[in-house]
Amino acid sequence: MSVPNAIEVVDLVVGVDELSAVRGVSFAVPARGRMGLVGESGSGKSMTAMALMGLLPPGWQARGRVLHDGVDLLTLSDKALSSRRGRTISMVFQDPMSSLNPVRRVGDQIADVIHRHMGVTRRAAHAQAIDLMTQMNLPRPEQLARAFPHQISGGQKQRIMIAMALACYPQLIIADEPTTALDVTVQKQVLRLLNAATRERNSALLMITHDLPVIAAMCDTVAVMYAGRIVEHGPVQKVFRTPRHHYTRGLLDSQPTMDNIALDGSSRLHSIPGMVPPLHALPSGCAFHPRCPAATDRCRTSMPEIDATGAACWHPVPVAAPAEAAS
Amino acid sequence: MPVYIARKLAFFLLAVFAASVLIFLLIRGAGGNVAAVILGKDATAEAINALSRQYGLDRPLPVQYFDWIGNLFRGDLGRSFRTNEPVTDLVVSRLSISIPLCLSGLVLGLLIAIPAGTYSALNSDKPVGALIALLSQVGIAVPVFWAGILLSLLFGVRLGWLPTGGWTNWDSNFWGAVRSLVLPVISLGLILGASLTRYVRSAVLDVMNQDYVRTARATGMTRMQALLRVGLRNAALPIATVVGLQIAELIGGTVIIETVFSLPGLSRMILANVAAREVIVVQSTVMLIIVFVMLVNLIVDLLYGVLDPRVRLTR
Repeated sequence: MSVPNAIEVVDLVVGVDELSAVRGVSFAVPARGRMGLVGESGSGKSMTAMALMGLLPPGWQARGRVLHDGVDLLTLSDKALSSRRGRTISMVFQDPMSSLNPVRRVGDQIADVIHRHMGVTRRAAHAQAIDLMTQMNLPRPEQLARAFPHQISGGQKQRIMIAMALACYPQLIIADEPTTALDVTVQKQVLRLLNAATRERNSALLMITHDLPVIAAMCDTVAVMYAGRIVEHGPVQKVFRTPRHHYTRGLLDSQPTMDNIALDGSSRLHSIPGMVPPLHALPSGCAFHPRCPAATDRCRTSMPEIDATGAACWHPVPVAAPAEAAS
Repeated sequence: MPVYIARKLAFFLLAVFAASVLIFLLIRGAGGNVAAVILGKDATAEAINALSRQYGLDRPLPVQYFDWIGNLFRGDLGRSFRTNEPVTDLVVSRLSISIPLCLSGLVLGLLIAIPAGTYSALNSDKPVGALIALLSQVGIAVPVFWAGILLSLLFGVRLGWLPTGGWTNWDSNFWGAVRSLVLPVISLGLILGASLTRYVRSAVLDVMNQDYVRTARATGMTRMQALLRVGLRNAALPIATVVGLQIAELIGGTVIIETVFSLPGLSRMILANVAAREVIVVQSTVMLIIVFVMLVNLIVDLLYGVLDPRVRLTR
């Protein structure tokens, strides 16, 4: 293998009791690569991320293999995993408002991570934290480092979170909807920062979002998740220009653009009929079949695997009819 | 922080003043003429008047009030009507029992509640967590006097390890005094610990589900480190509040426990003085307890400022 993988996931199943939120997911993010994981709420994309981090809620179990840095993370003890979390694999969460310790100064929170993993003194860790804050384009870092989370803005908090995630030059950063909770005006800045900073540090990025344009702008490959499975996987350009799965196509068609949005009610904005099925009532065969325009009896009875088309579909969308590319 | 301290201090002084006025008026208002209350229903009018004059009870209320408060500030709690002893001397010797009893009970309660509540929260999905929660419920339901009697029966009567009651002075027999306090402290501590366990459990459960604990774990803390460094630090805020509120209940518990174990503490002295209609003594000692409770709550408030930067920096 010429390029080692930052992470390789093989047949990951995540569930609690009899229910599975993730049902046999496989993908790999090459070192320094950037992959997007797309799907609606409830598709299992966040559970996949938590399984990679070994931070599943109590009672949840992960099976399969998660290969990272030469080991299978799923076989490690909590202690062994802890020494990797924040060092070789780290994560940026959705809600920066509640993700920082409210009673600790933000500079100290960054320094804590460096001190924990890099074997440097507190003083050195603190100096590095200030350095990082400067690189995160945070204004007056020395002063801001002494602030408590409630004293700074949401965008600043997310920059602090990114600084914490990047502090130890991890091989992989997982970003789970990192801008969803932010104002639209700062979303782009934070994404740009995340993009540039991960590239500078040679960190691979696994970007989890339901925002297709973000994936199109930042990622090399994309995997589309539906009901706990990856239904389409491939290079971003290919998947977005010529989607082969009807769900991917539906997602792309439901993206608002200047052309398909109209305020007079004649909107041509498309939506996928029906809803994401709940975990306890997954349809047989291809889980998407009740909402699929091309479903046949075969789709109802047997579950398709991803094939040469890059999609897990018995009746892939013909290539001759490209969908509108994501803007 | 200085503004916060000043505000809390001002509030404390105001509350103490309000409480003193209230106590003073309640005592005056409850029985009508204080001298008549002291002397009982068979007293003659001359006797009542004589007593009123002797103790200045015929003066206008504001004069009486400020006289009382002024004396309190000088450490003079008044004199007993019957024995003419200065109350202050009595109170000091009684406090040498009540304060160690109260504080040790509080410390024991916390020593029980913090580990038990935390352990129960971390194992909330296992039988042992449910068992601790159940035991805590039982502890809340058991009255403190019942706990005292049971302990006294077991360790005092059956096993004979500790005295079932009574008191020897600190000076004459230090270890004897300690031994006399063991069972009362355990009774108070167990009962207080039981109710605090429930609050600790819910505070820890709440905190451990917070996003910032997940962040702590995602940046490399083990479950135990995240609990000790981030979880308990944040859970300390609601726990401190509850401890402040429980102080009043704890003092109520000492009244009962001092009676059960025949300890000559302050609470029992108040009870005896109420029965003996020693109005001025009751007024002064109750005021003393109120100041103590408010002082503890002031300390809790100040502690809150230390623990929580949001409190310290925004208010």
